[in-house]
Amino acid sequence: MTGLLPKGSMQRRLVIQLSLIALLLSLVLFLIVRGMAERAAADTQDNILAASATSIADALFVEGGQVRLELPYSALSMLGTISEDRVFYRVLVDGETLTGYDDLVVKAALAVPNQPEFSTFEYRGEQVRAVVVTRLVGSQSQQALVRTVVAQTRLGLVQISSRITLWAVAIGIVFFFVAAGLSLWAAHSALAPLNRVAGSVTRRGPSDLRAVQTQAPAELVPLITALNSLIARLKSSLTRSEDFIVEAAHRVRTPLATVRTQAEVIHRGLEKSKNKTALREMIRAIDESSRSAGQLLDHAMVNFRADQLQTEALDLRKLTAETVERLSPTAELKDISIIMQDQGGDFGFDGDPIMLQNALRNILDNAIKYSFSESDITVALGRDAHNYIISFADQGRGFAGANLSDHLQRFKRGTNVKDIVGSGLGLTIVDEVARAHGGRVKINNNTDTKGGGACVSLYFPLV
Amino acid sequence: MRVTLFSIGMILSSFHPSFAFEVEDRRLYTAPMPTQTIRVISTADIAAFDPLIRTFQSINQGITVDYTVASSTEVMAAIYEEGAPFDLVISSAMDLQTKLVNDGFAQQYVSSQTAQLPGWAKWQDQLFSFTQEPAALVISDALFAGLEIPKNREQLIDLLRVHPEIFDQRIGTYDVRTSGLGYLFATQDSRNTDSFWRLTEVMGRLNTQLYCCSGAMIDDVYQGRLALAYNVLGSYAENRLAHEPGITIVPMQDYVTVMMRTAFIPQNAQYPDVAGRMIDFLLSKPTQESLAETTGLPPVFDGASDKQKALRPIRLGPGLLVFLDRLKRQAFLRNWENSIRQE
Amino acid sequence: MVTTEPGKLTATCHHERKWKLMRFLLVEDNAQLARAVCERFALDGHAVDHATGLIDASAFVDTTDYNLILLDIMLPDGDGRDFLARHRLAKNKTPVIVLTARSQVSDRITLLDLGADDYVTKPFDFAELEARCRAVLRRQGGAAQNRLEFAGVILDPQEATLIANDNIQNLRNRELRLVEIFFAAPAQIFSKNHLIDRLFSLSEDVSENAIEVYVGRIRKKLAGTRAEIETVRSLGYRLVARP
Repeated sequence: MTGLLPKGSMQRRLVIQLSLIALLLSLVLFLIVRGMAERAAADTQDNILAASATSIADALFVEGGQVRLELPYSALSMLGTISEDRVFYRVLVDGETLTGYDDLVVKAALAVPNQPEFSTFEYRGEQVRAVVVTRLVGSQSQQALVRTVVAQTRLGLVQISSRITLWAVAIGIVFFFVAAGLSLWAAHSALAPLNRVAGSVTRRGPSDLRAVQTQAPAELVPLITALNSLIARLKSSLTRSEDFIVEAAHRVRTPLATVRTQAEVIHRGLEKSKNKTALREMIRAIDESSRSAGQLLDHAMVNFRADQLQTEALDLRKLTAETVERLSPTAELKDISIIMQDQGGDFGFDGDPIMLQNALRNILDNAIKYSFSESDITVALGRDAHNYIISFADQGRGFAGANLSDHLQRFKRGTNVKDIVGSGLGLTIVDEVARAHGGRVKINNNTDTKGGGACVSLYFPLV
Repeated sequence: MRVTLFSIGMILSSFHPSFAFEVEDRRLYTAPMPTQTIRVISTADIAAFDPLIRTFQSINQGITVDYTVASSTEVMAAIYEEGAPFDLVISSAMDLQTKLVNDGFAQQYVSSQTAQLPGWAKWQDQLFSFTQEPAALVISDALFAGLEIPKNREQLIDLLRVHPEIFDQRIGTYDVRTSGLGYLFATQDSRNTDSFWRLTEVMGRLNTQLYCCSGAMIDDVYQGRLALAYNVLGSYAENRLAHEPGITIVPMQDYVTVMMRTAFIPQNAQYPDVAGRMIDFLLSKPTQESLAETTGLPPVFDGASDKQKALRPIRLGPGLLVFLDRLKRQAFLRNWENSIRQE
Repeated sequence: MVTTEPGKLTATCHHERKWKLMRFLLVEDNAQLARAVCERFALDGHAVDHATGLIDASAFVDTTDYNLILLDIMLPDGDGRDFLARHRLAKNKTPVIVLTARSQVSDRITLLDLGADDYVTKPFDFAELEARCRAVLRRQGGAAQNRLEFAGVILDPQEATLIANDNIQNLRNRELRLVEIFFAAPAQIFSKNHLIDRLFSLSEDVSENAIEVYVGRIRKKLAGTRAEIETVRSLGYRLVARP
């Protein structure tokens, strides 16, 4: 199964999006903080200006029919308390300047005393903020409209503004980092259920086809449901395939068994060697047919399992020993001795036991088949630098044919085995099993041992 | 130290006065190899400032100093009305200086020296104070023989009431109508205590002599023409006292008005950078230390002078504009005239 | 003494033998196969009962003791594995060899876990089946029962030994089976062909000489005893006791 190349990352995307949102919010926060703080500072200046103008207006009085002013010291000194801005003022009575800066602009619209009116304009080369307090001074009969204007440059405000901006930037940055950090945590935490589910599925064994039961949030439920239904379909598909193979095997083999058995019975009853020979050939044909059927089914099974390849922990030594034990009676029939040579060491391996047993059985079966009576078959367990090696050396007729590796091809049989029933699939199956496990099979004729014979070795990569 | 003698209102300068305002004195300090000139207008007389100028020239080679002396009101007029071309304006009248700066006649100057000034000693980085000088009560030792020296203004009022014979026509103070510094001291007095108007009335009933300048007042105290001089510039008195006994500077314990001598670079200065260097010089440690010796008060750098409780420093700020208000000034001068009863 | 006449097929499956009563139970639903198997076993002298299904099988097992049960897995009235499970649960010690059409190892493991002693795949070679029966029975024990004795020579099939004159000799597989054949029917004449049929599987090519080789070996091992294999000209061999 090819590895999946990830396209983007949910976590990264989430983090980036959340960070962008955090950035946006930080920006907004910065603007709001700055705006509000500047507003507050401007309001403060305005308030003091208003207080100053009001205190001047409060000091107005009428004396001798004239509007007079006792300019309070605090009216202007209070303006020096918060900043070092320049101060301008002007008092107008009915449009005429009573005192102050004659050229100070009066921007007042109200005719009647009401709220102080604020304005901003340029005066003497600087931006000033001015307030106009309008009062009616005098007795009922003689009322004069007095406007008091107090103006102040805005340099102090500018200084405050830059300080505020710095603070707002700092706050914005801190907020951004905090928000980004939180978003990272939130993304991680939100995706944790995904990782949990993935982990629980990953931890499963290869042949674990149970439904996934992990607790998952609502968003993952459809995925898990789909996964479970996939697993169920796979399971049923596997079962169906296996069932098919079983059924096929049974249907093919049982009638063959009947024929063969009857043939044996008849053979026993025959006297004439000509008849006996004929029957024997018939029986061999049956054997060939059933063997082919069996091998074909095995071949199919091996292919099927190789595609799925679900491995489990097993012991190659144990498997080999079991195979030897299983085929001992068959070997005994021909008085063939099976000798085990064990180099020792651990033979733990991850593989498909059914395929491996099949391969081992095929090799040993072949060895027994092609060996002479009363010969030896040596089964050796060993290893080299990279592999486990299980080798089967017999004293039979060996491999013939120019190219030994041809034997591994389907239905290819050696040139010297025409008289022995064989499907030609045995070594093919072994080769496929070996390769499915990342190993290989090596065949050669024994040149060193006396008696010739063949040697088939399985190589499996060391764990 | 230096001997200070102040010549009264005579133009000693041999130069043609090119100004409309009244110049009291003028001297040109030519540098040996002049490269730049700085024109200074100041209320401090040449005698007082001479050592400073020379020290400045020794540190800043090649700078010619054109030093003009005028009274505080004339300095105001020179800059405000005439726009006379000067590079540095120094005056003891803080209020007039403040108005000049407030109304846009100054330019900004920032240096490492000015950055070290505490906030109350500068305004808008345009106006810089470099001394702290108290207003003082100076008495004649001779004429006060046997008299109890008053500790505060109340006691002073009582003393004047009790001994009219000693003090009639023997009290001197600033003519606040003409002297900017005098007006400043008087208006600050009126803020600080109610007894100011009573004192003024008492002084008026005793035919107080009005002067334009501290120096003249101190001279007359020395010569016995005045028994006491009120609101004299303490630094001048200290200088005179250092060389000549016969007067006593009486510290008032209710409060002592402290003014700061200030300087600024006018907007139309031709050599503002040189002016800046002079400001830096005035604010430099050695200059400050020598100034402190003469004023008897700590240098500007050492913190506000209100360590002693009685000291009442005048704060820089727009408040100083109040008494310059036309109506306010009219009202004050009217009251003052009525109190001091001068024709 | 019972003779098995070569060339004549016997219809019934029940043959009694004096020296041993090996009784097999064959559980197989396919009638043709079952018939063939019974006949084939009969040729070798074994008694076989035939059950067509699990219910039948249970009935047989309840009433008769068997030396061996041959069990087909795929039965019409149930899975042979269930029978196995019940068989073992009942602590029945009769060995079971399973006849299966499958050859997958997983089945073997399951079968063995469930209590089968071995399995053969259909179609099976009878020689192999016999060899497996032999192996299973050997593992079972009951050695004394199966010992054969003739003319002072004891054959222990379990140990594959021939004991005579305090001399223990090991027998190889074919030698053992050959001796068994003779000891089971002393004085009976066995033709070479017959012996070939019984000693060699049908998939092997055997020369007539081969029997001579083995007979020669047996003769060597019987040397010094009263037992002797006699050549009967153009008929075969038989075991006789020398006086």
